[in-house]
Amino acid sequence: MRYWRKPLDIDQVTVPHGRVVIIADRCKGCGFCVEYCPKDVLVMSEDFNRKGYHPPEVVKDGECVNCNLCEMICPDFAIFCVAADDEEAAAAIAARSASDEEGQGGPN
Amino acid sequence: MAAGCRFVAGYPITPSTEVVERISQRFPMIGGTFIQMEDELASMAAVAGGAWTGTKCMTVTSGPGFSLMMENIGLATMMETPCVVVNVQRGGPSTGLPTMVGQADMMQARWGSHGDYELIALCPQSPQEAFDLTIDAFNLSETWRVPVMFMMDECVGHMTEKVVIPPADEIDVVPRVLSKKKPGEYLPYAVNGRPVPEFVRAGDGYRFHTTGLTHDERGYPVMSAECQETNVHRLMDKIRLNAADIIRIEEEDVEGADVVVVAYGITARVARMGIELARAEGVKVGFLRLIVVWPFPEERIRELAKKVKAFVVPEINYGQMVLEVERCAGGQAPAILVPHGGGGVHDPADICQAIVEAAR
Amino acid sequence: MSTTSKTTVPEEHPIAPFLRMDRMPHIWCPTCGIGTIVKCFATALDESDIDLDKTAIVSGIGCTGRVAGYMNLDAFHSTHGRAIPFATGLKLGRPELQVVVFSGDGDLSGIGGNHFIHAARRNMDILVILVNNFIYGMTGGQNAPTTPLTARSSTMPFGNYERPFNLPHLAQSCGASFVARWTCLHIRRLTKCIRMALRHKGFRFIEVIAPCSTLYARLNRLGSGLDLMRFYHDEAEIRHGADTREVDIGFQDRIICGNFVDEERPTFLDMMHSHYEGVLGDRYMPMGPEGGWIHD
Repeated sequence: MRYWRKPLDIDQVTVPHGRVVIIADRCKGCGFCVEYCPKDVLVMSEDFNRKGYHPPEVVKDGECVNCNLCEMICPDFAIFCVAADDEEAAAAIAARSASDEEGQGGPN
Repeated sequence: MAAGCRFVAGYPITPSTEVVERISQRFPMIGGTFIQMEDELASMAAVAGGAWTGTKCMTVTSGPGFSLMMENIGLATMMETPCVVVNVQRGGPSTGLPTMVGQADMMQARWGSHGDYELIALCPQSPQEAFDLTIDAFNLSETWRVPVMFMMDECVGHMTEKVVIPPADEIDVVPRVLSKKKPGEYLPYAVNGRPVPEFVRAGDGYRFHTTGLTHDERGYPVMSAECQETNVHRLMDKIRLNAADIIRIEEEDVEGADVVVVAYGITARVARMGIELARAEGVKVGFLRLIVVWPFPEERIRELAKKVKAFVVPEINYGQMVLEVERCAGGQAPAILVPHGGGGVHDPADICQAIVEAAR
Repeated sequence: MSTTSKTTVPEEHPIAPFLRMDRMPHIWCPTCGIGTIVKCFATALDESDIDLDKTAIVSGIGCTGRVAGYMNLDAFHSTHGRAIPFATGLKLGRPELQVVVFSGDGDLSGIGGNHFIHAARRNMDILVILVNNFIYGMTGGQNAPTTPLTARSSTMPFGNYERPFNLPHLAQSCGASFVARWTCLHIRRLTKCIRMALRHKGFRFIEVIAPCSTLYARLNRLGSGLDLMRFYHDEAEIRHGADTREVDIGFQDRIICGNFVDEERPTFLDMMHSHYEGVLGDRYMPMGPEGGWIHD
């Protein structure tokens, strides 16, 4: 998220955490959630659902802030957020950066 | 009002306007609501919607407005909405003779909307019947969950005669009966062997869905030939298989008659005069008056066709109910039309002449 | 890598109680905006604390006309253009009902135009949510009364030369007491607007601009519904209280959104009651809010 200036109370604001739940078979691959997620948590996956569409997938596990924008904007009622607690989110971020490092240290 | 109607949506059209004018005066005193809508399409749509609140509804119009209402009459038959549509017939087609009598909407009452459907139509011959049969129209509508066409004509409509209104406790009114099932158990179009599904009101927590599309028991649209068969065939059978309970005719001296006159509405009264004249000339004439015009008394006509020489059908049109008589007679007796274009009633002498010729 | 442990997380969408989930997935195309608007409407109902048993929804014919079929309310799918008089009948037959009309631009402003202007004139107490995708979608992309000038449609293959309606202006000038326009991208403002409208009395009109990917976007080579959403993002301007004479929409031109009109004015029934009470006094017997159903 880009700020046009740094908010003066940024230290005092608690950022909520959320977890994205995707009902893949209902998705029609419209891409609204991917486009408008403020934290860019989602991308369109390469998988197919039962109807042949590409549902989204979470790539930035742990960064969801439970803003519910995807839930509101999805025309097919195929995605929503639930609140997650801080430890879960931190754990998810840690797990992700660990696997990123592994990936970088891969066959080269 | 005696039947319990408490919502009327109408649009002025000669010669029916007096009805809504009177309703606009009386309804505020009896807890009813009258609204003059912007056109007849809106009137019928409002009636089709208002009935779902449990309120008995009615609209009133004449030929041109009747044509406009057709789509939503179809909606009411498909949704199985009880309501009464009064058509005070006038000379047609199109703008026709606005202030003068006609009876040329009789086929339209049955076939006016598109698609397959059945409904009920009644025809009063006097102001007294206009009172009594309106109550019957509401009762039939409630019993069979079907829109009922009340086919008056301008003559009966503009006639002044004595009307006896019985005390309220002597009037037999079929109330709007609601389902006793709980939300969740209730299905809007489940019949369980009965001819008619149970009704509920909007706002009672049933969260039902109803549509003009071909639908299943849940009221959900299903686009298939099987659903069409289940849905529409039942709508047809609802009336066809129960026609015996719905049909009402009045007969005079039909047994042993050589000629039977079949008439309805104002023409029935003129026909009686014609029959008297014919009897004075020695013809054995019987009289069959259609009170419920649709469903048509097919069985009775078929029976009589074996015994009589001919049917004579005077009507203020160029041949509508005569076609039904002819169809049901099945070639066993001719059905002779005594037409009249509208704008006046028959000359009884013409009817008499037709009867006398038919008897030969 | 996607989420979740199913033990702690609900399996069904939180808005499910407001929808007929036995009919999901719905028929609307991928990148159609109608589903989003339905979500906003359902969320507004949820946040509004209104009695859902006493809320009825009426739709006409068309893509948006299918909305009633998916809502878990007393739902009526009526004939083309006649949703507003049908809703009028429901409202007058049982005045305590909160009646919502949810239908499309062709249905409500084309064939239903007459009913629209009269209901607005009477300030009939119904909420009308009109989804404007600038085209007749369900029937294959024909010109609508809202199609902008020069836009192509199946019946105007060389571009539209008919001036379209400016719907907020039409509603206001006919007497609507609450007029707003949003796009389906403005999810939160739209939800808030619907919440405000649900509390308001009188003829409430909310126009919601939505993408039609399969017809409007395709026939005019505008990409998919997502491209149209991006367009709304760039070209929508929020101007609360704007003069509705100036909010007309040109082809791929700026879209002025906002709450334009919010007035307290007596509804049709208010005026009827107060008038009859004044003129008839004790003789007036109004139909009660529970309606005209006669029972023992």
